[in-house]
Amino acid sequence: MSGVRVLVGTKKGAFILTSDGKRESWKVAGPHFAGWEIYHLKGSPADPNRLYASQSTGWFGQLIQRSNDGGETWEPVGNQFTYEGETGTHQWYDGTPHAWEFKRVWHLEPSLDDPDTVWAGVEDAAMFRTTDGGATWAELPGLRQHGKGHLWQPGAGGMGLHTIVLTPSRPERIFIAISAAGCFRSDDGGITWYPKNGGLTSPYTLPDPDAEVGHCVHRIALHPSRPDTLFMQKHWDVLRSDDAGESWREVSGNLPSDFGFPIAVHAHEPETVYVVPIKSDSEHFPPEGKLRVYRSRTGGEEWQALTHGLPQRDCYVNVLRGAMSIDSLESGGVYFGTTGGQVYASADGGDHWQAIVRDLPPVLSVEVQTLP
Amino acid sequence: MIRVELPAHLRTLAKVEGEVELEVQAPVTLASVLDALEARFPVLRGTIRDHLTRQRRDFVRFFACEQDLSHEPPHTPLPDAVARGAEPFLVIGALAGG
Repeated sequence: MSGVRVLVGTKKGAFILTSDGKRESWKVAGPHFAGWEIYHLKGSPADPNRLYASQSTGWFGQLIQRSNDGGETWEPVGNQFTYEGETGTHQWYDGTPHAWEFKRVWHLEPSLDDPDTVWAGVEDAAMFRTTDGGATWAELPGLRQHGKGHLWQPGAGGMGLHTIVLTPSRPERIFIAISAAGCFRSDDGGITWYPKNGGLTSPYTLPDPDAEVGHCVHRIALHPSRPDTLFMQKHWDVLRSDDAGESWREVSGNLPSDFGFPIAVHAHEPETVYVVPIKSDSEHFPPEGKLRVYRSRTGGEEWQALTHGLPQRDCYVNVLRGAMSIDSLESGGVYFGTTGGQVYASADGGDHWQAIVRDLPPVLSVEVQTLP
Repeated sequence: MIRVELPAHLRTLAKVEGEVELEVQAPVTLASVLDALEARFPVLRGTIRDHLTRQRRDFVRFFACEQDLSHEPPHTPLPDAVARGAEPFLVIGALAGG
């Protein structure tokens, strides 16, 4: 019988949650790497038992862990992330120049067809890749050196390359997102990169609201069957592009707040999109203390609150950008984790939710593997 | 024999319990002890010192014989009691909360 494996990265370790295809009863394993920040774990689409995890602390820096048995056992692999050539400066919070400095790995994106090839998005923002299962990592400097890296700036969480989206039908095409630089696209496997931020406006974060770079893009997502259609949750605004990022239009519609962090697309319905509206600019908790996932079945503009099984009073958690994921079972499961340590799952596309666990450390990332 | 005491997270990474004992050729210095430690346990590379600059990470400190050696130059000889194995060399995670 098919099943799911949910990989949860938290402020104090990693947890692996497993269930069968019914997704009613769960086994919770962990913490792995107790005490360390686990920004992200992800499995290889080519070998689901090959997992990678980003492990870091302010004390001892960055490690990468690899598992060959679905997370039962782990081994540390290479942890040297060295920028290529001159690093120069990016903008600091107040607009002054600030030296580029490696801090941590935010996102690990295994190749679609090779378990030993993994893309890594790091802070300060840059793209790295391994082709030997994590033993060595090399920067793809074309992104950082695209010409306007000196205008990138950190968001509140740092200047992280936090999202990497691969395109199954076009392997050389990669989308990434950086806070706060924007969305970028490569059509040659990561060698050259172009900003794809046309249509984005950021009037309260940039002196030129529609600048080519500098936008605080929180997350982007696409459905594999529609490789030119992207959805974006920006610092403010939910947007979509139907031309592979060349132009964007706002689809926030009737959302109670157009601020939020994650955005995800249903596995079988390319126009069904999920967001979690959050109050901002400084509160970063759900409006009215009600934790609501919003679903659009029309690719945006028209949104429906999903509340069944989610707390509808006194809830003041956040849902971070990497903390929502979907499974590809027939009914379309949706999952998200909160800064309050809950991981919620819906086995019916968001109509009903249950907490798989309630008291983990603050959740940084959630990834789901659908297992045969 | 040089005795090195690692913080818990690094003992876990190195898969050791208690103190680590290292053979280090004289002169026994901060750098030579850390070089020997990283040679024996490659997984510790980058966790105590930067890979390239070999600078101590900001939130790591070095203590021995009730002295703070964190800010000493790399080729500073360690106290004789450490060189003789009478006292351990301590790698410490700074008191930084979290």
